[in-house]
Amino acid sequence: MDTTIIGHRTPRVDGEHKLTGKADYTVDWQADGMLHGYPVPASIAHGVLETLHLEQARAMPGVVDIFHHDHFPELYRSPSSAAHQDQVSEVRLPFEDERIYYDGQYVALVVAESFEQARAAAHAVRADYRQEPGAVASLLDTEQEGRLLESEGVCRGDPDTAFDQAPVKIDHTYHIAAESHMQMEMHATLAEWRDGRLIVHESSQGVVYQHKALARIFGLPDEQVEVVSHYIGSGFGNKLFMWPHAVATAAASQMLGRPVKTVLPRQQDMESGGNRPASRQRLRLAAERDGRLLSMRHDSTTETSFVHAYVDSLGSATPSLYACDNVTISQRLLEVHHGTPCPMRAPGETSGIHALETALDELANALEMDPLELRRRNYNRSDPAKDLPWSSKHLDTCYDNAARRFGWQHRDPTPCAMRDGDEFLGWGMATASWGAMRMSCAARVELRADGSVMAACGTQDIGTGTYTVVAQTVAELTGVALENIEVRLGESTLPAGPLSGGSMVTATTLPAVAAALRDAIDALKEAATGEGGAFEGSDPQRLEIQAGALVDQQGTRVGFAEILTTLKLGSVNGEGQAAPGDEKRQYSFRSFGAHFVEVRWDPGISRLRVSRVVSSIDIGRAINPAAARNQVEGSIVMGLGMALTEKLDYDPRDARLINNNYTDYIVPCHADMPDIDVELLDNPDYAFNEFGARGVGEIGLTGIAAAIGNAVYHATGKRIRDLPITLDKVMTL
Amino acid sequence: MRSFAFTPAESVGQAVSAQGGDGDAAYIAGGTTLIDLVKLDVMRPARMVGVNRLPLNDVERLDDGRLRVGALVTNTELAHHPLVTAHFPLLSQAILAGASTQLRNMATTGGNIMQRTRCPYFRDAAAACNKREPGSGCDALDGINRMHAILGTSEHCIAAHPSDMCVALAALGATLTLVGPHGAREIAFGDFHRLPEDRPDREHEIEPGELITHVTLDSPVEGAGAHYLKLRDRASYEFALASAGAMIAVEKGVIREARLALGGVGTRPWHAQEAEQALRGQPPETVNFEKAAGIALRDASARQHNAFKIPLARQAIVRALEKATQAATDS
Ligand SMILES: Cc1cc2nc3c(=O)[nH]c(=O)nc-3n(C[C@H](O)[C@H](O)[C@H](O)COP(=O)(O)OP(=O)(O)OC[C@H]3O[C@@H](n4cnc5c(N)ncnc54)[C@H](O)[C@@H]3O)c2cc1C
Ligand code: SF4
Repeated sequence: MDTTIIGHRTPRVDGEHKLTGKADYTVDWQADGMLHGYPVPASIAHGVLETLHLEQARAMPGVVDIFHHDHFPELYRSPSSAAHQDQVSEVRLPFEDERIYYDGQYVALVVAESFEQARAAAHAVRADYRQEPGAVASLLDTEQEGRLLESEGVCRGDPDTAFDQAPVKIDHTYHIAAESHMQMEMHATLAEWRDGRLIVHESSQGVVYQHKALARIFGLPDEQVEVVSHYIGSGFGNKLFMWPHAVATAAASQMLGRPVKTVLPRQQDMESGGNRPASRQRLRLAAERDGRLLSMRHDSTTETSFVHAYVDSLGSATPSLYACDNVTISQRLLEVHHGTPCPMRAPGETSGIHALETALDELANALEMDPLELRRRNYNRSDPAKDLPWSSKHLDTCYDNAARRFGWQHRDPTPCAMRDGDEFLGWGMATASWGAMRMSCAARVELRADGSVMAACGTQDIGTGTYTVVAQTVAELTGVALENIEVRLGESTLPAGPLSGGSMVTATTLPAVAAALRDAIDALKEAATGEGGAFEGSDPQRLEIQAGALVDQQGTRVGFAEILTTLKLGSVNGEGQAAPGDEKRQYSFRSFGAHFVEVRWDPGISRLRVSRVVSSIDIGRAINPAAARNQVEGSIVMGLGMALTEKLDYDPRDARLINNNYTDYIVPCHADMPDIDVELLDNPDYAFNEFGARGVGEIGLTGIAAAIGNAVYHATGKRIRDLPITLDKVMTL
Repeated sequence: MRSFAFTPAESVGQAVSAQGGDGDAAYIAGGTTLIDLVKLDVMRPARMVGVNRLPLNDVERLDDGRLRVGALVTNTELAHHPLVTAHFPLLSQAILAGASTQLRNMATTGGNIMQRTRCPYFRDAAAACNKREPGSGCDALDGINRMHAILGTSEHCIAAHPSDMCVALAALGATLTLVGPHGAREIAFGDFHRLPEDRPDREHEIEPGELITHVTLDSPVEGAGAHYLKLRDRASYEFALASAGAMIAVEKGVIREARLALGGVGTRPWHAQEAEQALRGQPPETVNFEKAAGIALRDASARQHNAFKIPLARQAIVRALEKATQAATDS
């Protein structure tokens, strides 16, 4: 499809709102008579809450009520089903029993007239616990294996025999520390009941899901619940499914008959608002001497909590990435005593691809082969996991282009061989990949008598640019200028749209918007060719759309606005649905890319810095190349943190989180930024959807930590198999 | 956050009498340490006396070459002050290696000297911490102590002193002027921060109600080169794992004067006086820097997670001395 707006850089349509403060984030919402909630977190991770001492807190200024185990309404649990879209992050209801399952679990919610009063009173609540021994702080601190999840296992060929008989093999275990999402905007809820109807503003990546889950929990018909999330200061996955603070806040509001707003402080957000689980992965790879893979075995264990069984599927990409006949993956799950993990940007595969791409680097060393060459030798042209051709795969171009831009041909393969003054240079690379997903979606479009167009969908813009790409789609298909297009998202009352997760919003939403738009245009044509219409008597099929007008074969053009006003119509409406179809049986859909990284290691002062990243990524069509590039660059920065500094530190003695703030949990800062050079290939994947887009929010994070770790090996000769690669692991003690 | 009464003072006398030596009252300057800890329920003053309006904002050169700095001069002003960049570059470098621009704009000279440790157990009101609650124990000893000190520790506390500015002050030499209910007095900077010993809650040689009004830097070392090197997990906006502030003056091929202080590794700003002594009269060569580092770290003792700080501090010392030598002019 030839396009003039899709595939071109346009400024964000919501940019002005964000710059001027008009963007209404959840915390910005005020309601008449609104109260403030502040949760009281448990200060043990494993045991029983014996007594809560509330007298002092109750007597403090502004305190209205304190909710806890003996003072909370009876609610239902959500079935937490993905299929029924009522999935929640934690199935246990707040204050449900007196057991403490993790550090930071809410033992009470203080509600007061002001935020400061609620916080002061929350600090004044004292609790007696009966602490129990044996809290498991982290997968990294225990030998426990966890339970095997049969459903996650995959096996093809005979990997064990192939491994045993292979001439070259490696067998290593990799650990990754738990990470925090560290999204800028805290989890926040404003709940309000109007005539028995529950209205919730939430910083949410899934208004439809939260709406359904709340309806189940409060035993309400779906129509009695409304969830609004117009702007989200990002979530990276921890706002996909509802957390207990929202349930507690809605219940408090119901009990008190006044709106209640709860904004989590950073500490609680990090303790109980989701994390990427720590993982242990054993990789066994075997190859022919020419590099052809003979066997791949990927065995993973990840964490979940005692209140929810979240599974981060680590091995899911492994069977698809390379040509190999003998592959097996397995997954185990271990309950630990800290807050429930949840999806975090490119969940599962970020960790899994890290281990696989590090193991491949180790295999390349064992083979004395260039690591890029090893990947090329095992290139596949169809998906061996599904036995289907790839819809559109251009990873070879990514390898070529990124290697050339990086200067990979100048690499001396010997570790510690490339020097610049006091520093050793290390060059490493890795493959990136993320599956392309698409869900069903509904949308509505209104062509209005004032010449404007409104498009609406119950998905949300989590900062990635969904408002903009929807507007671009409308502009592309109607020729109406972007400034005359209104996009409405983030309300559960709109036609149901997808979660903002899995990099699927663009591919899911735009076809539905296009369908709704076509429906509206059909309605417009019908009106225009009907009685009193501008094209009365003409064949609607023969009218074309140009720049916000209908044009007939004689070249007569009449603008949408004029057509509608002439007929005294305020608007015509269209509804649309779109869903994945038969294509799934014909093709496998996945995005690919390559990262090349340079690190600098100064052994005299143990300083390790990433100095250069060159990435080439194929995501099909980038609807808005500026926004798409931004996603990849942001992912690279996130990968830098994962590789070098980020780690949730749970005290092994009692499983309490020690670094629950932005100072002690180290994310990269400006001074850490390398030179980042991102190329996006532009190969529209029309087998996937009419716009050729596969999504871009996550792929950039996959492989980046491995590329960094591989570069560290090249610079230092040390293979650090546990993330993060902090200087104490690399330095000579 | 609990409520507190706030009294802004206009003069030193008024501030001191408003504070009144009351253990429940605190001076507040930039607030970047204090408000943070009040929000965490770790510091709990019932009253705060605002000192930001006191006329303690001057940086002046005294006749004897010393530099007198008002306690309310912000970290940003001090780091960029022409007298500091010209004559005390170590101080400028150290300040700029700390915190962030926004924090340095708020942070004051007096507040920086008084800042509290970043030990996570100190900041967690539910943990055992002798510094926060004397006698409650120390969760850091056998806990996550990667950031903790290796010099000057005791079995009661191993918290690292977090300041960068104070490392430079320790190396440069300075005198503090304190004004309290019983009048004014002076104390050498090197005597101001206490070792934790069995009373880690008593961090400073300061009497109840005393206010720091000035810091007076010793006269600069003529011809010295200076270098502050801070090693940390990320490139900026992060406390030191180990840092070294070094000054070297060379005359006829040997070290005439050496100054060395360490950050991130000591329970207080760590002045390595013996190492300085060992350097004087020696040629400015790496072997001698390594020897000096060995002396400075001779008594270092590590816990489970911070043993790497010993070699890291050694590296910081050697490289800082090398860079200071390069910056020195041989006369
Ligand atoms: C996120 C973060 C990162 C940081 N990183 C670094 C870093 O890398 N390096 C570094 O060195 N520092 C760092 N800091 C600490 C910062 O330098 C200090 O918080 C700051 O210097 C304190 O100064 P202030 O004026 O804000 O003190 P305040 O918070 O106002 O006061 C601190 C203490 O000093 C007392 N006080 C203040 N003024 C006086 C006075 N004149 N006389 C007697 N007592 C007084 C107060 O009562 C209080 O107890 C960081 C701080 C934060 C929050
Ligand atoms: S090291 Fe010091 S500050 Fe930290 S917990 Fe122990 S006593 Fe408290």
